[in-house]
Amino acid sequence: MSPFEYAPAPESRAVVDIASSYGLFIGGEFVEATGGTPFKTVNPATEEVLAEVSEATDDDVDTAVRAARTAYTRVWSRMSGADRGKYLFRIARILQERAREFAVLETLDNGKPIKEARDVDLPLAAAHFFYHAGWADKLDHASLGPDPRPLGVVGQVIPWNFPLLMLSWKIAPALACGNTVVLKPAETTPLTALLFADVCRQADLPPGVVNIVTGAGATGQAIVDHPGIDKLAFTGSTAVGKMIARSIAGTRKKATLELGGKAANIIFDDAPIDQAVEGIVNGIFFNQGHVCCAGSRILVQENIAEELDHRLKRRLATLRVGDPMDKNTDVGAINSRKQLERIEEMVAVGEAEGAERWDSGCDLPTNGFWFRPTVFSGVSQTHRIAQEEIFGPVVSVLTFRTPAEAVAKANNTPYGLSAGIWTEKGSRILWMADQLRAGVVWANTFNKFDPSSPFGGYKESGYGREGGRHGLEAYVTTGGRG
Amino acid sequence: MAPSERARDLLGVSRLTNSALSSWLHGLPGVDQVGCEERAASLATRSIKTTSKAWAIDTAISMIDLTTLEGADTPGRVRGLATKALVPDPSDPSTPRPAAICVYGDMVAVAKETLGSADIKVAAVATAFPSGRASLPVKLADTKDAVAAGADEIDMVIDRGAFLAGDYLTVFRQIADVKAVCGDARLKVILETGELVTYDNVRRASWLSMLAGGDFIKTSTGKVSPAATLPVTLVMLEAVRDWRDTTGDMVGVKPAGGIRTSKDAIRFLVTVNEVAGEEWLDNHWFRFGASSLLNDLLLQRQRLRTGAYSGADYIADDSPSLY
Repeated sequence: MSPFEYAPAPESRAVVDIASSYGLFIGGEFVEATGGTPFKTVNPATEEVLAEVSEATDDDVDTAVRAARTAYTRVWSRMSGADRGKYLFRIARILQERAREFAVLETLDNGKPIKEARDVDLPLAAAHFFYHAGWADKLDHASLGPDPRPLGVVGQVIPWNFPLLMLSWKIAPALACGNTVVLKPAETTPLTALLFADVCRQADLPPGVVNIVTGAGATGQAIVDHPGIDKLAFTGSTAVGKMIARSIAGTRKKATLELGGKAANIIFDDAPIDQAVEGIVNGIFFNQGHVCCAGSRILVQENIAEELDHRLKRRLATLRVGDPMDKNTDVGAINSRKQLERIEEMVAVGEAEGAERWDSGCDLPTNGFWFRPTVFSGVSQTHRIAQEEIFGPVVSVLTFRTPAEAVAKANNTPYGLSAGIWTEKGSRILWMADQLRAGVVWANTFNKFDPSSPFGGYKESGYGREGGRHGLEAYVTTGGRG
Repeated sequence: MAPSERARDLLGVSRLTNSALSSWLHGLPGVDQVGCEERAASLATRSIKTTSKAWAIDTAISMIDLTTLEGADTPGRVRGLATKALVPDPSDPSTPRPAAICVYGDMVAVAKETLGSADIKVAAVATAFPSGRASLPVKLADTKDAVAAGADEIDMVIDRGAFLAGDYLTVFRQIADVKAVCGDARLKVILETGELVTYDNVRRASWLSMLAGGDFIKTSTGKVSPAATLPVTLVMLEAVRDWRDTTGDMVGVKPAGGIRTSKDAIRFLVTVNEVAGEEWLDNHWFRFGASSLLNDLLLQRQRLRTGAYSGADYIADDSPSLY
């Protein structure tokens, strides 16, 4: 035991006020659901029930879409871009002012470490509103085409890994472009979206511009199928993304899908090795590996594989796994029992396939959902753990011999969301980035996000881009009217 | 084993040449500046509270090389500093003492006399500190003087000019020669990282100093800004960690200059803990070169004891600035 044991440094939860139950946010106010079965959202670190949340029925979704349509035709689409921008700036500032409250609530509902909610999720969420607020009155100058106009009512379905941040990625560009929104947060993490409803009221956002309906798959399907929806934006699994694409085939609905990934984090023998180790940690253990662009495959040049293995495992032994509310926690709780079971199943598959499993053996809390940071070495391209998304703190290590082989292996999955390259050779970075079929390529860093940088995938990782000027294209139509 | 013999062994050469040293040092993995600074910044966000804070404050006090290196140093000032080391906080005899007093060579005798038999080392800066711009015989004479006066530790400076000119063999020989005249005194090698500028240079200078037989690698003289930054110290801690992996030997690290607050000191201890490892959390292997840091640590220590902040007037200070 180290002489320097860090005493518990818990963030206070007094700053949040969680209601015992929540209705749906439609037309600017909370309303009761019309039937549906209320469900509970729990703190995954303790399994404590945080609140009861309504399940929106088809009728509720219909009411929400109508409210969004009314707000669109009567107010939001007629408002000047400068005025829409004012509301978005206001929301951004309120998010900054209430950042601590949101960060604590996010950690309680999601299980992510408070330091990540505080230092990543909240600053980025506010930044997305600031960034898009700036675009609202400049759409004519964004090279989107002649006369960019909003699409109408947008249905948005977001995942549980970055609840508020994904909400921001979706709502900020939609509103900036003049659309109104019906958004469904994930069923395991609805609380920050419901608190965001309060921010909309605080910002005096016209009623109906943002509507938040809670529920699980059936509610999401109701949004997808509703004829009053002009466009769908979805972030989540590839399986659900495919269902959505099937559902809207043959309709006039547009869609952007941001789906799964199996990113390669490629380490060359001339890499800055200590920073590469940090990049691997940040790539796969950030947010418990619940990151669609996570660097879940390490491709390491074979001549340094052993050294990297030694350095990586030494580093992982210092990761602090446990109470997400402790400011010193590096890896928090797995978001749900269902996800934990999925991770356990895939790890069992990896062992059965003959890969060598390692974890730090750190203590885990008794309640809640936990999984130790895990490394599989001796993984081959044909192993399922090298092909399928695990969406947890589990990394597969594969080796390569030449740059061309690294590219071939990196591209050899059905996904193409992100990739990382670690080398001191700038020319190789550019050559690799050109060859990799991935929407985002990071060089000597990983998991860096910025609202001005477009994000999205190739292949089964989805289509469309979010963020940057490119992200606006998904929320406007251009050319002649009618 | 003599440093040059061990160096030949580690490098796998029969004769130690500048080109052999260059290939070896340039073969070390590079340091990515952005990533290195990010890692340091993330270590700086650790929240050290209550019992761990108390432990860290006491440990940091015990790691201080209480320093005065001024042209205006007098026997009176050095006696005052040594007395402060003996009794850091007269209001609380349980307060740990700093590890050492660090002075110019001509003040070693005064410091030794004041400290008597107490377990506080006397460190002397030598080798034409701070610039190092003197001939090797002068540097060796400077070192011998300090050792003869009773210095327990020698803080030498490397020849940054030779290092930046790529003349690694000269730097190596000077360190090895100084080490040879140190006798039992432990040798701290000051890299003056503020003049080396890049982290790649800091890493290479660290390995070169360890190869040449330094017992400690130290960031700075305190006369050049920036002095001891957290990322620079992080790179040096990685170097001693990897050196032990390679040779089995431990080398100490001493950030010096610019560390003034308890909060800063605790960030360095967190970095030691998580990068080099707990074996370095001991004043035999880690030191702070500082003067004003001690008073802030004492202030925080009093606050932990009493629950209230006192103020500068409640911290006995026998070496305030002259200006």
